[in-house]
Amino acid sequence: MWAYTFRRLLYAVPVLLGVSMLVFALIHLAPGDVVDILVPPEVPKEIADDLRRRFRLDEPIYVQYFAWLGRLLVGDLGISFFTNRPVGEELFGALGNTLILALPAAVLGFLLGILLGALAAYNHDSWLDKLFSATAIVGVSLPHYWVGIVLVAIFAVVFNVLPAQGMGLGGIPTSWEQLKHLILPVVTLSLIPMGVISRLVRANVLEILSQEFVGALHAKGLLSRRVLYHTLKNAAPSALALMGLQFGYLLGGSILVETVFNWPGSGGLMNLAIFRRDIPVLSGTIVVLAAIFVAINILVDVLQALIDPRMRR
Amino acid sequence: MADAAVLSSDPALALKRAQQGQSYWRRVWQRLRDDKMTLAVIGVLALLLLMVIFAPWFTVHDPYVGSVLRRLKPIGTPGHWLGTDEVGRDLWSRMVYGGRLSLLAGVVPVFLALLIGGFLGILAGYVGGVLNSAIMRLTDVLYAFPSILLAIAITGILGAGLQNTILALTISFIPPIIRISESITTQVRHLDFVEAARASGAAPLTIMRYHILNNVLGPILVYATSLISICIILAAGLSFLGLGVTPPSAEWGLMLNNLRQALWVSPFVAALPGVMIFITSMCFNLMSDGLRQAMDVRL
Repeated sequence: MWAYTFRRLLYAVPVLLGVSMLVFALIHLAPGDVVDILVPPEVPKEIADDLRRRFRLDEPIYVQYFAWLGRLLVGDLGISFFTNRPVGEELFGALGNTLILALPAAVLGFLLGILLGALAAYNHDSWLDKLFSATAIVGVSLPHYWVGIVLVAIFAVVFNVLPAQGMGLGGIPTSWEQLKHLILPVVTLSLIPMGVISRLVRANVLEILSQEFVGALHAKGLLSRRVLYHTLKNAAPSALALMGLQFGYLLGGSILVETVFNWPGSGGLMNLAIFRRDIPVLSGTIVVLAAIFVAINILVDVLQALIDPRMRR
Repeated sequence: MADAAVLSSDPALALKRAQQGQSYWRRVWQRLRDDKMTLAVIGVLALLLLMVIFAPWFTVHDPYVGSVLRRLKPIGTPGHWLGTDEVGRDLWSRMVYGGRLSLLAGVVPVFLALLIGGFLGILAGYVGGVLNSAIMRLTDVLYAFPSILLAIAITGILGAGLQNTILALTISFIPPIIRISESITTQVRHLDFVEAARASGAAPLTIMRYHILNNVLGPILVYATSLISICIILAAGLSFLGLGVTPPSAEWGLMLNNLRQALWVSPFVAALPGVMIFITSMCFNLMSDGLRQAMDVRL
């Protein structure tokens, strides 16, 4: 088990190196360099070139890459062009805010998804199955940013019962006033995981129920409660993998929903950075979010291997 | 099917049957014909496509001409049955014309990713060895990004516009297609009929074209139709962020973005363009489910 975990961790190294190269290449493929963004076009060429030297933009590209990578490895993500604050500091606060949305959204989406999927499978071909399957396919087909807009239109504009934007005072919510800010974005974010998970759980449970060992368990005289336990244990690894993936999407793909609700999270930070052409913030956010996604995937693989020893290849 | 074709005594006939694989596709078609839901969904998509292509026949007003006097008319206004947008343009016209760019940005990236990713995946699965490792390890790097993050990173850094949107989404959809086609090809490669073909002296390219492709293409195509649904949502999402199509183009995501400022004045008009994104993506999802059932493939 430890050997597997170690191998999995070791394999993340080349992947993360590749990620850093890709992000670095993207920044250098962009039209214009950092100095073009920082100084107005009427500035004399000598001053611009002097700045380029100071930023070491005149050095060969691989030297620039390794210098950037070196700073990245010691946790130095650079300084924001716009706010002059370290990118790490800004990103840390924003990630916390994203987590405040992603955690409850994941819990809500996963629980509902497992419940709907399992109930649909156990009542195969009944009206319940049809209703839940329809709910699931609507869940995966809805553009979630649009759901956010519709929820705001209904609950903030028409009924005026919930706030439309922002997170109120900020920080971890403790009062009802702060919790109210969470409701609409969390419901919006939980839709896709709910749909995706329930579709997978339904298909998995149906397949497992059709296998011979389930019949054998029943024939052995096992209580249906115990049979359920065996079924769920068999359905768990692939559901777990999907949940990890979905949680990664909630963290890394929150930009659309955060934009709708003006939520000051990592997605909101990225959106601002794009429109301010704040390259250090943008590249830092992308690299860190990708690293988190890789870490979640490793965690899921290890958990999967714990449940199902066949995975420890 | 293909394995029977290999065992057939007449090589010319065997080749022909392997190329056509007729009996299988005929059965798929029969199953599809009985599936009323999928047929209805395909009908809706065909209608949508017709409306978008022949947009002038389905609309009265110019989608780009507005009037300050007619701003934000509610749904049901005479002459503008879906109301007007924030600069007084007819919303129905804009939704019909907007489908052109939205469908283009939703279908083209998946098609391109299917060509590139399918080729690389089948190659990796069939050849194996070092080539497989090289292709799959590069795929792993792209897999380290949630797809929306990769698309946003590319358009955010390279700049907005239809071309960059298509480029970004194509790159985001290549890795999942490579993975699926590689794993299916690897499975098929070890099946008996491929071994038989190899043993009977068929050239590698022939095996790849007739035996592998015939068995791999179906599942990959089904998977790709389900990706179109995601791609339409993401493409409109990029425009919604201001990273996709640029104003004054009519595009569903961009319309949603422009109408956001009107949310407090007329909330339902503001939410309207999203209905089109939802219906289209739902139809592609249902079609993918129907096709999967008809072809009885497991993914």
